[in-house]
Amino acid sequence: MASWIPLWLHKLGSPPTFYRFAGTLRPWMLALALLFGLIGLYGGLVLAPPDYQQGDAYRIIFIHVPSAWMSMFIYGVMGMAAFIALVWRIKLAEVVAMESAPIGAAFTFITLVTGSLWGKPMWGTWWTWDARLTSELVLLFLYLGVIGLYHAFEDRRQGARAAAFLAIIGIINVPIVHFSVNWWNTLHQGSTVNLFGPSSIVWAMLWPLLCMTLATKFYYAASLFRRVRTDLLALEGGKDWVRKIAESEA
Amino acid sequence: MNPTRKRRLIIVALVVAAASLAIGLGVYALQQNMNYLFTPSQVQAGRANHYKTFRLGGMVKGGSIQRSDTSLKVTFTVIDAGGAMPVEYTGILPDLFRDNQAVIATGHMDGARFVATEVLAKHDAAYMPKELKDAMAKAHANKKIEEAGNGEQGTGKP
Repeated sequence: MASWIPLWLHKLGSPPTFYRFAGTLRPWMLALALLFGLIGLYGGLVLAPPDYQQGDAYRIIFIHVPSAWMSMFIYGVMGMAAFIALVWRIKLAEVVAMESAPIGAAFTFITLVTGSLWGKPMWGTWWTWDARLTSELVLLFLYLGVIGLYHAFEDRRQGARAAAFLAIIGIINVPIVHFSVNWWNTLHQGSTVNLFGPSSIVWAMLWPLLCMTLATKFYYAASLFRRVRTDLLALEGGKDWVRKIAESEA
Repeated sequence: MNPTRKRRLIIVALVVAAASLAIGLGVYALQQNMNYLFTPSQVQAGRANHYKTFRLGGMVKGGSIQRSDTSLKVTFTVIDAGGAMPVEYTGILPDLFRDNQAVIATGHMDGARFVATEVLAKHDAAYMPKELKDAMAKAHANKKIEEAGNGEQGTGKP
């Protein structure tokens, strides 16, 4: 056993401990998601000034951009969990990877739909096959592929392992989505908010966007915890700790 | 790390490396076709010669937009850093279409003229309120006048 991993992390990886941990944290995550979501939406839809070029139509950014970031962030989490699941065969990592996929797929779908709604009035088209839009669509198909492959096997753990492979290979698409606007001439504009270097958005518009980003992160945590908890109960159905929970609930 | 895990780690790493290489080579091979548009100077350099229809991207030259009185026909000039191309289009234009706006037109060449079947507006990645944009434009204009003034003074000196 690798001694450099702290004991609490080992413990957290065990299903009963994580079940309790996620159960305690989930309501807080949901509350934070609601709080930041409400502040962000109020700031974005009411307080932020209209854009010089797009007027009020730009306000869809407060949904579109946080969703787009989540579509890539969740894929990253899924890819890492899938990697841990494949190499160390940790049951919790398998569950986290597989339960991230539907949430990520939902965020990708929201990104594509809001992008389409935004593109029609501003660009003049619902859809175009430029590198950014196409690679984001590929991301949706990767998520759907992972979900489909997972459920195609009779044995859930075998399915999780097959789907984890697809998830890991698909992670190559994430940098392609991110850098597509720099590598190729695209209709989609370049990035507005930059982690390194200046962002080309005023603070009055940026802070609601950051609030929405936090809201989506917390929502993901809350949603993932709930999904993982139900999955752990199903997978560990015959074990003592599940029986105890079932008895206490009955 | 025990041998089984080490073996799995190596297998996973190899699969990922092989897949990245395959996709990387594929994307590299597609590089020429992956470009969404050509700019006027690229077209004039002959880069779009083997395409019947292609996308032309650039800025609408200020003051070049001419609308027909009797139809939806519009003519304008698309420019980039090193070239200009007259464009003709019949149809409804997006809201953002105006002078000095980045646009992407799909169509074909008709002599030296580009006949578009679709015109899309591209917007930049900057978001700011109108007041700030006006203030910036004003500051920019003042600076230009100052520079021009300095320039004149400069040339006036022996």
